Amino acid sequence: MNLEETLRNEGGRVLATLIRLTGDFQLAEDALQEASLSAVEIWSKGHIPDNPAAWLTAIARNKALDRMRRETKRSGKELEAMRLLVDDSLPDDGHDDRLRLIFTCCHPALSVDSRVALSLRTICGLTTVEIARAYLTSETTMGQRISRAKKKIATARIPYRVPAAHELPDRLASVLAVVYLVYTMGHHAGEGRLDSRTDLAIEAIRLGRLLVELMPDEPEAAGLLALMLATDARRKARLDKAGEVLLLADQDRSQWNHHQIREASELVERNLRRGARGEYLLEGAIASLHGLASNWDETDWRQIVELYRMLELAKPTVVVRVNRAVAEAELSGPEAGLRLLDDVEGVANWHLYWSTRAELLHRSGLFDQAAAAYRDALTCPMNESDRHFLEQRLASLSALN
Amino acid sequence: MPKYAALIYSAAEEEGQSTPEQWAQIMAEYNDFQAKAGAAGVIAGGEALHPTSTATTVHVDGGKDGKVSHTDGPFAETKEVLGGFYLLECGDLDEALNWAAQIPGAWYGRIEVRPVVEFSQEG
Repeated sequence: MNLEETLRNEGGRVLATLIRLTGDFQLAEDALQEASLSAVEIWSKGHIPDNPAAWLTAIARNKALDRMRRETKRSGKELEAMRLLVDDSLPDDGHDDRLRLIFTCCHPALSVDSRVALSLRTICGLTTVEIARAYLTSETTMGQRISRAKKKIATARIPYRVPAAHELPDRLASVLAVVYLVYTMGHHAGEGRLDSRTDLAIEAIRLGRLLVELMPDEPEAAGLLALMLATDARRKARLDKAGEVLLLADQDRSQWNHHQIREASELVERNLRRGARGEYLLEGAIASLHGLASNWDETDWRQIVELYRMLELAKPTVVVRVNRAVAEAELSGPEAGLRLLDDVEGVANWHLYWSTRAELLHRSGLFDQAAAAYRDALTCPMNESDRHFLEQRLASLSALN
Repeated sequence: MPKYAALIYSAAEEEGQSTPEQWAQIMAEYNDFQAKAGAAGVIAGGEALHPTSTATTVHVDGGKDGKVSHTDGPFAETKEVLGGFYLLECGDLDEALNWAAQIPGAWYGRIEVRPVVEFSQEG
């Protein structure tokens, strides 16, 4: 492992411990930054310690203490608390600290955008510039958003702890939603080429793995990881050599990452067997079933439809309802899918609703209506890859007529 | 112990809108909350305010020693108005949010929870 990787992998856990010790996000970050500079200097001479995380924590903790001593405005009480902590032996593997950090960053008192930005910054160790790029905003704006969030955590005293059992379902849902949001931002870029933000998808999977490692008994954490792994397994096959979008039915399945699909379906099976039926687990099960099919026609549509029906009961969002319509169309014909789509509301601006509709109309032989639906789809916001794909579909339909 | 202001906002009350029975019920709910939060040692203060129709807004034009102007009514005409507040003494935000959810105003309107500045530590 090279120096940069070590810093990146250990940084999150060290930061989590430092935040607990100092009770101050900014101070902890600054101290870690300083300690990392020392590490680069010393480690590059070949003296990499056996336990880099412990080494970094010890150095950073001393740097933090120095800073606190220099800052006269800090009350004597705080310094005293810090001094006591310095006498404390080195923290454990950082397990609980990282979990605390995740729950603090995803606290419902912060806006969703702040939760995502703060998580990427503190847990994944992304720079403000990188996060700003993901949000298509300036570094200044993103820097302000992150520092406002940190300030709110300190001023309003958002606690740094793992929620109690009775609060856990709600709070865990917020954490999972943040990770999934990062994943979708990465998997399906809002602008440019479809795969232009793959880095974020990889970060989300890293976070997902961390959640499963920290909370091995939470089926929804496992479900989310499975969903991301099985979907990401198809990443390379989504575009052809020319960069054109390929639908699931047309993808070269030998290009899928079958190792990831296996890992996903194992996670799903283990948790379904335990009786869990949460949203992410159901979605992970659907994604795994797609991954396990050797081709489109071999897909287990009956089981997928069944899973979508359960999912819609738990989570009747437009995305779920439109996806269910696609599966029902495969099982019972395009008319069945179209009937379900007719009942979905509030999707006028979502291109995938219109393109799904167009696809099913096309299959029903209603070419004029299909063309109209493609034109509706093209008025919606979308990335370049999707736009080009839909333009081609519309063109081939017009040629057919 | 940190303090939080729980600012209680609800739809502006027209005179005679609620029946005496409804008022009695709301009062009883507030009494329950005060008994419970009081016993837990959380309430550090709080008041209920008369309707915004009784409010007068003061502004001194041109800064200190400038011209004093008075306006009949609240600072801003909004659908939801500040009807009262509690000062809650809590260990952290989670605790404050938990208590705020038990204020009857949260069931009929909204509660804005704001940390109170602690001058002794900030100065």
